[in-house]
Amino acid sequence: MGELSFATSGSGIKQKFMRMSYSYIFLIMLLAIIGTMTLYSAADGNWQPWALKHICRFGLAFLLMLGMAMIDVRQYYKFAYVFYFITLFLLILVEAGGHIGMGAQRWINLGLFKLQPSELMKIGLVLFIARYFSLMTVQGIQSIRGILIPAVLALLPVGLIILEPDLGTAMMLLLTATIMFFAVGVQWWKFIAVAVLGGAALPIAWNFLHEYQKNRVLTFLDPERDPLGTGYHIIQSKIAFGSGGLFGKGFLHGTQTHLNFLPEKHTDFIFTMFSEEFGMLGSLSLLFINLLVLAMGYLFAFRCRNYFARLVIIGLNTNYFLYVFINIAMVMGVLPVVGVPLPLISYGGTVMFSIMASFGIILCMSLNQNAAMNFDD
Amino acid sequence: MSNRNEKMQILSQRTIVILVFNLLAFAVIVARLYYLQIFEADKYKVMSDENRISTRFLVPPRGTIYDRNGEAIAKNEQNFQALLISEQTPDIENTFATFQKILPLDEDEEKKAVHNIKNRRRFIPIKLKDNISWDEVSKVMLYAPELPGIEIDEGLNRKYPYADLYAHVVGYVGPVSDKDKKNSPLYMVPGFKIGKSGLEKSLDYKLQGKGGTIKLEVNAYGRVIKEIERNAGSIGGSLQITIDSRLQKAAYEAFGNNSGAAVVLDVRNGEILALVSTPSFDPNLFTNGISYKNWNELLNNERTPLINKAVSGQYSPGSTFKIVVALAALEAGVINMDTRYYCSGGMDIGATRFHCWRHSGHGALNVIEALKYSCDIFFYETAMRVGIDKIHDMAIKLGLGQPLNIGLDNQKNGLIPSQEWKKSVKDAAWTRGDSANAGIGQGYVLITPLHLATMLARVVNGGYAIMPTLIRRTKQQPVSKINISQRNIDIVKQGMFEVVNAPNGTAARAKFNLDGIRMGGKTGTTQVRRISMKERKSGIIRDENLPWRLRNHALFIGFTPVDNPRYAVAVVVEHGSSGSGVAAPIASKILQKALELDIR
Repeated sequence: MGELSFATSGSGIKQKFMRMSYSYIFLIMLLAIIGTMTLYSAADGNWQPWALKHICRFGLAFLLMLGMAMIDVRQYYKFAYVFYFITLFLLILVEAGGHIGMGAQRWINLGLFKLQPSELMKIGLVLFIARYFSLMTVQGIQSIRGILIPAVLALLPVGLIILEPDLGTAMMLLLTATIMFFAVGVQWWKFIAVAVLGGAALPIAWNFLHEYQKNRVLTFLDPERDPLGTGYHIIQSKIAFGSGGLFGKGFLHGTQTHLNFLPEKHTDFIFTMFSEEFGMLGSLSLLFINLLVLAMGYLFAFRCRNYFARLVIIGLNTNYFLYVFINIAMVMGVLPVVGVPLPLISYGGTVMFSIMASFGIILCMSLNQNAAMNFDD
Repeated sequence: MSNRNEKMQILSQRTIVILVFNLLAFAVIVARLYYLQIFEADKYKVMSDENRISTRFLVPPRGTIYDRNGEAIAKNEQNFQALLISEQTPDIENTFATFQKILPLDEDEEKKAVHNIKNRRRFIPIKLKDNISWDEVSKVMLYAPELPGIEIDEGLNRKYPYADLYAHVVGYVGPVSDKDKKNSPLYMVPGFKIGKSGLEKSLDYKLQGKGGTIKLEVNAYGRVIKEIERNAGSIGGSLQITIDSRLQKAAYEAFGNNSGAAVVLDVRNGEILALVSTPSFDPNLFTNGISYKNWNELLNNERTPLINKAVSGQYSPGSTFKIVVALAALEAGVINMDTRYYCSGGMDIGATRFHCWRHSGHGALNVIEALKYSCDIFFYETAMRVGIDKIHDMAIKLGLGQPLNIGLDNQKNGLIPSQEWKKSVKDAAWTRGDSANAGIGQGYVLITPLHLATMLARVVNGGYAIMPTLIRRTKQQPVSKINISQRNIDIVKQGMFEVVNAPNGTAARAKFNLDGIRMGGKTGTTQVRRISMKERKSGIIRDENLPWRLRNHALFIGFTPVDNPRYAVAVVVEHGSSGSGVAAPIASKILQKALELDIR
């Protein structure tokens, strides 16, 4: 109970640092190191072109995380709506720019780095929903009128992102929102009703999908349909998993990856590469670390007395869970290949920064676990 | 407050549900991991190896074929190729142009090379020029610094040093075609050659050897990363044939421009000492795939160089068949030394007039004289008296009409007719006229030069049923005896001696006497066209005034030495007009050469 004693007085930066969960931070660093190591192997034992950049990015993102953790928790609450609407505006901007420009555009070029509004929205929507429900009564939550506005404002960015088109991110956003709706106590039957309606609408939605997305779904259902084209990735990925066996082929010795049979080994299929080299035992270890990260997140949530903070942690934790689950499930042929990376392991700046920012927010929320239930009180 | 507490309580409960859901999702992943990495691991390990390991086949060196004296007549020769590996040159166009200055490519080669440079992966070697000489190789080596990416590759090419001399015996190899049965993965290897004709074909399995394999680790684009395992395979088996190249050459040259075939046998064991068919062709043309032009030339030549006339050519034996008829009649007791028939130049058999080649007739003669002058009337009479079935049996005993497999392509058996044969095949009864015709080796009777030589060998060796063979054996096979009396063999041999050595024998012009060693033999001239009654009345057109393809075939069978025969030869000259004038001198030359060589 040592931590609790700091709770009321510990609002200074220094105290906050002292009270941060070092085991949580350690697990995050451990994942980043595993990612760096795997990227080193992906480049046949070279720091270039991925591993070095990855660890440098992590360093920067780590500072971002600490920064996010230090911010006063009330500011998140205060700016939740503003942040959501700015992000929504940026999404519309990208959508409009995409139509003017050519094909799929997902980012705004800010010169220094490329801003991807859909990534921002993963945080923006969580903050928005958390704030929205934090003031609502149980009766309000369980009425249709009460969930209408957040439902519409959740579906709006989802629709925009589908149009980009980025099926993976849209799906994650939709699932995150759905799980948050579930968490606050929306009745079971409403989800079932929506699922039934959605299922009925599926054939219509099918027509709106791009050809390559249809192919992905079809190939997921039957990878041997097109063994040299779209099915090739998933077949090669399964061969890599299977041939890795219990103990793996050893670091730097994955034949599927080093001989280029496995595509996208440094991004979406990095778990495959890890699993080929370290086998089932390695894969289970990596899964276990991720499970610990998630479990600690839920632990933080349970300790929070503040409704908003608790719901934000659940939303962001769910987002992280979806990243991990969808990525691993898709490379193992359990889900269609929708282009979701494995956070902290896959190469790529955007996800690194967005996921570290969300860890920062989770840390911030846990630092304020003793805040009153409602900030408006 | 109670509402707030209730709200918080719901959140806690639902969070536990979410946590359980997360755990279930992870359980799915763990189950999937178990399925892929433990349950199906073996299957995927195999698939992974199939991905990364590429097995290449090493073409084994083909076995050498030697003649009886150990001279190679089919061997492997070093072959140099110039290759270009695109990724090893910074400027492929420049390298290609420089190479062209040193070794100009012809139009076809250039087209192929340009196509391959454009379409092949950059690390796959492209063949620029094949069969380059050692001089050209050194030239390329000299300019090597200016030719990055150019490599000289060394391979083996089948070579036939005697060129057209052995085309019909040894045959040739060629690239595997779609029609060939691909019973080994070796057949898929580019550059692998298989026997396409002759002994190269019939003994292909022995000559091929065992293919080696190299297991290579390759990446997804087919680039070789490293060698994993090498199994060298083994060289093909060599073989020695019975032919003596010196005799083969003499026989081939003896034909000059004539189209025909000759077979020389060792009468004691059936070894084939020479087997030629003219005109011939150069089998080296085939080893890398013959050009369309050359192929058409060979195919359209009216003298059929592609056909091995020695084993595939079926001819009427003509008067050479009189040996068989005489033996059949002597053995049957129908005639003996003293039996004489009168030749007036012609006789009526049924409604048909049968002529002797000598229209003025030979008068009364016995069997030896009849052979010497090749009188037709004597043999019409003899054949009719002894009957076709006895002639048939004797011919069969002497090997005619029988399979004589010596491993060459498209071997024919010839045809020895009998009453039964005519009934079943022609659905007609055998007539006396048929017997008369058979008596002079015309009508239905067909032989190949190989059969004719075998027949003669079996007669002059004293009735031993030797089988002709092309493959040299260290151990002699026991030979069975044919039931023919030595007395009758001697009578026939005496006849054949006189054909050549009597002043007015039909082949007197071809006689020789090498320190007392002489030749015996029998001529034959066979019509290839029908002579009409009208032409017979107005005078038969002389053979030399006919177009080549209508002229008579000329045949001769001969043996030497007469006293203790060693060599037997059969010569057929297609449309050679005269057995005595054309075929006998060729046979004479060949036998004299054989004696001179004293083949061991």
